Amino acid sequence: MKARVHVMLKDGVLDPQGAAVQHALGSLGFEGVENVRQGKVIELDLADGTSEDTIAQMCEKLLANMVIESYRVEVL
Amino acid sequence: MRAAVIVFPGSNCDRDMAVALKAAGADVTMVWHKDADLPDVDLVAVPGGFSFGDYLRCGAIAAQSPICKGVVAHVERGGYALGVCNGFQVLTETGLLPGALMRNAGLKFICKTVGLNVVTSESAFTEGYSAGDTVDFPVAHHDGNYTIDAEGLARLHGEDRVAFTYGDNPNGSIDDIAGILSENRRVLGMMPHPERAVDNGHGGTDGQALFRGLLGQLTNA
Repeated sequence: MKARVHVMLKDGVLDPQGAAVQHALGSLGFEGVENVRQGKVIELDLADGTSEDTIAQMCEKLLANMVIESYRVEVL
Repeated sequence: MRAAVIVFPGSNCDRDMAVALKAAGADVTMVWHKDADLPDVDLVAVPGGFSFGDYLRCGAIAAQSPICKGVVAHVERGGYALGVCNGFQVLTETGLLPGALMRNAGLKFICKTVGLNVVTSESAFTEGYSAGDTVDFPVAHHDGNYTIDAEGLARLHGEDRVAFTYGDNPNGSIDDIAGILSENRRVLGMMPHPERAVDNGHGGTDGQALFRGLLGQLTNA
């Protein structure tokens, strides 16, 4: 089985990289880009039957820093 | 005083740290990250540089290394620990210090000497200074933008655990925070490098008081 983990900075945590991308899109002439948030996508190939709880532990112990980031798991 | 300096693949301030500790009078052992057992020491120093390519997040992989379990156990027994730069990032990733270090607000790597305010002298690390002193230490980091939630920030201030603040905030850190202490005041994490300000050849010696103070406190303990 495969799982895809999306890691994003929590709402309210300033994302300077997202702000730089937003600025660059504006410089290219794209109008109306009101906000950009940049995150990470991590794909995991897992043994069949790996529980959602185990995947959540992987996220909370390593893949995301729960102080500043939140995560979302997509089981594919 | 006996001190251990942890060496990760990518550490580059480990020898500077050892020199600074030895100059202050410590007996220093270098410890490779794969060693599961930490020698019996009073202080563990986690140096600056990089660790494991800083993949995922700075310090995240290092925090899972065998030696870091030893560092956590050392601190839980009441041992002292000093984390500088990447070492500060590692200590936040292990949970020994609260908060996190994000990409600098200006997105650029910053390498320069900065002025710091000593906020508290109430710790073994800062007792060689007086609160309100200003010191000059070099910084060299890309991810030194300290952040913590409002509740954690209020605790740090309320418990007098902010050790150093920047005079002119270079990286966007919340409330200009450059270094913080643990609840028991025996763990200090800071982005600026006191070990690079201990010799006239460094261009300044403001860091000497930190190492001498530490030696004085731990040798008498």
